[in-house]
Amino acid sequence: MKPRSRLPFYIGVFLLIAAGISLAVWRHVELGIPWLTGEQRPVWMIEARIDFDAANSAVQASLNVPEDPPGFRILMEQAASPGYGFSILDKSGNRTAEWTKRDVSGPQTLYFKAQFVPAETVSKNIPSREPSARNVFWEEPQATAVREVLAQASERSSTPESMTRELIRLMQPDARTQNTTLLVSEENYLDLLVDMLNHSGIPARTADGLKLEDARRRQSLKPFLQIYNGEQWLTFDPNTGEQGVPDSLLLWRQGSASLLDVVGGDNSEVSFSMLRQTVPALQLATMEVDSNGLGFLSFYALPIEEQSMFRMLLLLPLGALMVAFMRIVIGIRTSGTFMPVLIAVAFVQTTLVPGLIAFLSVVSIGLMMRGYLSSLNLLLVSRISALIILVIFITAGLSIFGYQMGFNTGMTVTFFPMVIIAWTIERMSILWEEEGAHEVIVQGAGSMFVAICAYLLMSAPLAGHLTFNFPELHFVILGLILLMGQYTGYKLSELKRFTPMKAYD
Amino acid sequence: MGWISPRTLNRLGMLNMNRRNVDYIARYNERSSYPLVDNKLKTKLAVAEYGVKTPRLLQVVRQQHEISGFREMAEDLGGFAIKPAKGSGGKGITVITGRDGDDYIKASGSRLAAGDLERHLTNILAGLYSLAGTPDVAIVESLVESEPTLARFSFQGVPDIRIVVFRGYPVMAMLRLATKASDGKANLHQGAVGVGLDIGTGRSLNAVQFNRPIVLHPDTGHALENIDIDAWDEMLEMAARCYEATGLGYMGVDLVVDAKEGPLLLELNARPGLAIQMANGRGLLPRLRTIERLKRPHFTPRDRANYAMEVFAAL
Repeated sequence: MKPRSRLPFYIGVFLLIAAGISLAVWRHVELGIPWLTGEQRPVWMIEARIDFDAANSAVQASLNVPEDPPGFRILMEQAASPGYGFSILDKSGNRTAEWTKRDVSGPQTLYFKAQFVPAETVSKNIPSREPSARNVFWEEPQATAVREVLAQASERSSTPESMTRELIRLMQPDARTQNTTLLVSEENYLDLLVDMLNHSGIPARTADGLKLEDARRRQSLKPFLQIYNGEQWLTFDPNTGEQGVPDSLLLWRQGSASLLDVVGGDNSEVSFSMLRQTVPALQLATMEVDSNGLGFLSFYALPIEEQSMFRMLLLLPLGALMVAFMRIVIGIRTSGTFMPVLIAVAFVQTTLVPGLIAFLSVVSIGLMMRGYLSSLNLLLVSRISALIILVIFITAGLSIFGYQMGFNTGMTVTFFPMVIIAWTIERMSILWEEEGAHEVIVQGAGSMFVAICAYLLMSAPLAGHLTFNFPELHFVILGLILLMGQYTGYKLSELKRFTPMKAYD
Repeated sequence: MGWISPRTLNRLGMLNMNRRNVDYIARYNERSSYPLVDNKLKTKLAVAEYGVKTPRLLQVVRQQHEISGFREMAEDLGGFAIKPAKGSGGKGITVITGRDGDDYIKASGSRLAAGDLERHLTNILAGLYSLAGTPDVAIVESLVESEPTLARFSFQGVPDIRIVVFRGYPVMAMLRLATKASDGKANLHQGAVGVGLDIGTGRSLNAVQFNRPIVLHPDTGHALENIDIDAWDEMLEMAARCYEATGLGYMGVDLVVDAKEGPLLLELNARPGLAIQMANGRGLLPRLRTIERLKRPHFTPRDRANYAMEVFAAL
């Protein structure tokens, strides 16, 4: 008989484990499900407040709201404004929040709240239609000044980006020449910059950004310059020439739409308050599951009742893994192969110490009663059946007794599987009669030890978190158990057992 | 007591539990052959066709109502043994050596009322001693009268000889002697003494009790180093024959030597223990691998026994 090749088996196990791990990593990356429990993610809660005086007529207020701010993702948005009709409109690429009401008078306040999560996703700052530079008409003497400044900047630059940087540098107060002083005044700086860039053939526009600082109120938007370099829109700080969007900056408005329009009111202004919140990363992930194609692989979509059932069920493989390890590699003897797992499951529901006390007392009372049963010389089946009923009486008795005494530990006894306990008692008592108390203690202690180890593993918060949120990790457990089934090495206990063989070495 | 390193165990060729289960039992034992060895009645019938003698079968009790017939049959018997057909590890075996009025005398000298025996039979039928708790049958066999030269080494109980047979080749053997600690049973884990036997000659090598080497029997005080088994090649051939009868590639064959009938097969075991290696002071692996490497296995039990006696005496 030629031994079958084990290679396909090992390849299969390797694939199983690799699939489990890579699926988990993929879901971690894609859905953001955290590896650890209690991981927190920062979330920015930003509130835009619009104030205006209504002029006793119908009012329509529209606020430009961000759609895909670079570096952030919108988690949730909502508006608070009593008596107003509210909707979010998408007008040719610009998202606008619109409040409407008939017959309003007096000062009005409207709120718009949104939660933003920092995200590493590359922002899609690529316009659907190629923007083109608009024509600007300059009057003399500005025209000459503009031409000269642009010529100067263009001489020292090679790309639209460097052109922009140079231009900003030339316009700074400390670098100003006669030409620039002629052009720049306090109010028109940014618009001038945009006009000049457009004039030089680079599409440019303004954007509004919000500097994120925790617990700030009444903040206003800071203007930024954006140019189109032929591929995408790039953001510049108009005062320093620094390129790119800083981490702490949220671009609220991009594009050409105006920030706030109020029809039927005046003195309108918008201000922002912000708050840095932390949200459990897991909650964040579950909130986003629906929107992601990978969501079907998780349990979050199930009803809560089923979810809690699976939470328990998915822990069982860990217990099985522990039993396999203890028996195959360590060599601990237990009474009944998977009895320890079932006891451990009961412990998970009762917590360890009350569960242990309850279990030991049920088994020892049962063993005493079993002593009487064996003197009755019943047939096996009816003896076990009688024992099951006795075990139920014992647990009921303990529960009532415990309740009267004011412990609710008595109640937890009911989590133990009665039939398993009855069989355990039967097996232990036969073992006692045939092999003596020593063997009962060895196997009983072994079972308890494995049950406690399995309990500790199964009740670890991380274990519950990983098994439930990354069910694919069970492939890894399966692979490990399969590998252990092929383990032909010495058990730890055998290294002790075979010690006398030293004499023959 | 310390620890032994896995490397030393490897060097000694010690077979361990996991390797036995994966590489030998699972690979060489057909699942379908198991009922044959797990049921003593089936074993008896199967090996009888291959000329392997077993203790004489007196009665089989299959149904509860047959128990009354048992008493009639037992009337004119001196000694007998009651065994559960599916029992393992000697569980549920009751040996009756004689009568005293209505009572039966056990091997240990204690008395049993007829009612006790009937209850014992009821328990057997209900499956109390069977491997999976399934209903069982009780078999009543004639008593083995242990051969006196061997019997004096044992404290009560009949000494038996365990031979591990791999693909029909007897590879290792030991003599098992009951002790006070083992309660007249020949199970090593209950405290019986295991005496390793040289497969070439049937002479004792060394002895262990509870996995520790000993020189004298703890109860009888006999030295264990000069035991010599008679009719050794006959026993090896018998053991080798069980391979044909059962088809099990890896098994333990338990034999006893009856004073009148000579070697008899007591039972077969599809999962023989590992303690035999400690009794022999040698690991099983080198011998098992020698057999696995054989290009042309021997066909007759006689040839296989001879081959084993020749080759394994040295290993």
